[in-house]
Amino acid sequence: MKLKYLRNGQTLALDAGTCVGCGACVDVCPHAVFEVDGGKARIVGRDYCMECGACARNCPVGALSVKVGVGCAAAIIIGKLRGTAPTCGEGGCCGESERSSCC
Amino acid sequence: MSALLSRKPDPALTRQAGFLMLDELKKPWVEKFMVFKGRTIPVVAARLSSADRRGSLKARWGWGRMRYAVLPGLYALGAPGEASPVFVSANYKMSFDALRSSLVGIDAWILVLDTKGINVWCAAGKGTFGTKELLGRVASTKLAAVVGHRTLILPQLGAPGVSAPEIARLSGFRVEWGPVRAADIKAWLAAGRRKDEPTRSVTFGLRDRMAVAPVEIVHSWPILPAALALAALYGLPAGGAWLARSLPAAILLLGIVPAGTILFPALLPWLPSRAFVVKGALLGGLWAFACGAVFKMPALETLAGFFLAAPAAGFLAMNFTGASTYTCQPGALLEVERSFWPMIASLAAGLALAIGARAFGI
Repeated sequence: MKLKYLRNGQTLALDAGTCVGCGACVDVCPHAVFEVDGGKARIVGRDYCMECGACARNCPVGALSVKVGVGCAAAIIIGKLRGTAPTCGEGGCCGESERSSCC
Repeated sequence: MSALLSRKPDPALTRQAGFLMLDELKKPWVEKFMVFKGRTIPVVAARLSSADRRGSLKARWGWGRMRYAVLPGLYALGAPGEASPVFVSANYKMSFDALRSSLVGIDAWILVLDTKGINVWCAAGKGTFGTKELLGRVASTKLAAVVGHRTLILPQLGAPGVSAPEIARLSGFRVEWGPVRAADIKAWLAAGRRKDEPTRSVTFGLRDRMAVAPVEIVHSWPILPAALALAALYGLPAGGAWLARSLPAAILLLGIVPAGTILFPALLPWLPSRAFVVKGALLGGLWAFACGAVFKMPALETLAGFFLAAPAAGFLAMNFTGASTYTCQPGALLEVERSFWPMIASLAAGLALAIGARAFGI
């Protein structure tokens, strides 16, 4: 079952003019957000984007941009308490099983 | 080319393989050492031992999880040669175990990055499973002199931290993104290193969700003393009826923990709302009403239980966002900001109602 969260993928942007259709974004996206069609990538699953930043970091021509952040309430609360950006705590979720996101 | 050595290799030779602290290699999972092109390289077992499994179980419950690390560097699996593939892993022991146990029967090199004992995905998000670390590790292990080819196989979930174009430009190695799950590696190799959508996709099925539950249970411990103290106070004055009043209250309040950390992940896809806090609050509230019905609590007492259990279970559920595989930061921020004052207000209302319920006995 594919799960949707709140405000997914709102900061993800694709510049179709720059895109060379190499498919690197398709290859690294863990939620099948992209498709390559007619030599250009397209965003087909914005609602599933968790803004991990894999696509933007691996786009060879810089056609993708996204504001990367952990979707972790505990990190946000720690950040608010310390007056910093969201911060992963010690002994928090980090180090979890390979399939867990967080931090 | 390779010869087996005793378990005490020459320190100078080992240093060439990128290892500095030799004692760190006296681990049960290092089977032996091999000499390859004049270098001594530790050979790891592909099959997990019962000690490995015990260690994973302990780590799942948060016991020594942060020290559960493997020394970074180059390892051999089986009897690899110049043309053998290079798999890159994190130095979190469970990541390393997942990789090597998926490569039984394959001769390969394993390049372990220093991710401070954190798994691939989390470390990629933090940048420790990153471009800079990979470049440095390729250089310090002199990998280019070990293998003849120029391909590194990385777990796909390392992509938030590693830029394949940069690695190619700065090291000459081409990054190939393997499957999300190590368990899919053999099928991926057999399929000509091509991934279909399931192989590329992160899931959050029942098994995945329950695997992260133990650590959430452990982290919810502060609720236990608070629940017991509240229930004990609620039963006052001391006397014959104290236990009859305190016990149902204690069961209601203690039940918040399994509601928020076991029932919630189990039922996550079917609970209404996309907000974790709402899903959890719903379970906490339902639990309170169920307790009210079973213990035939007065109406006000049940209501007090509802206003206490709903925000507490909601809070536990919200903490699950970090362990989930599909939440983004703007959404988590929305949950935190929208739910903070309602949760505080609900807890205050619950306490006020509990006092009222005891004062008026309704």
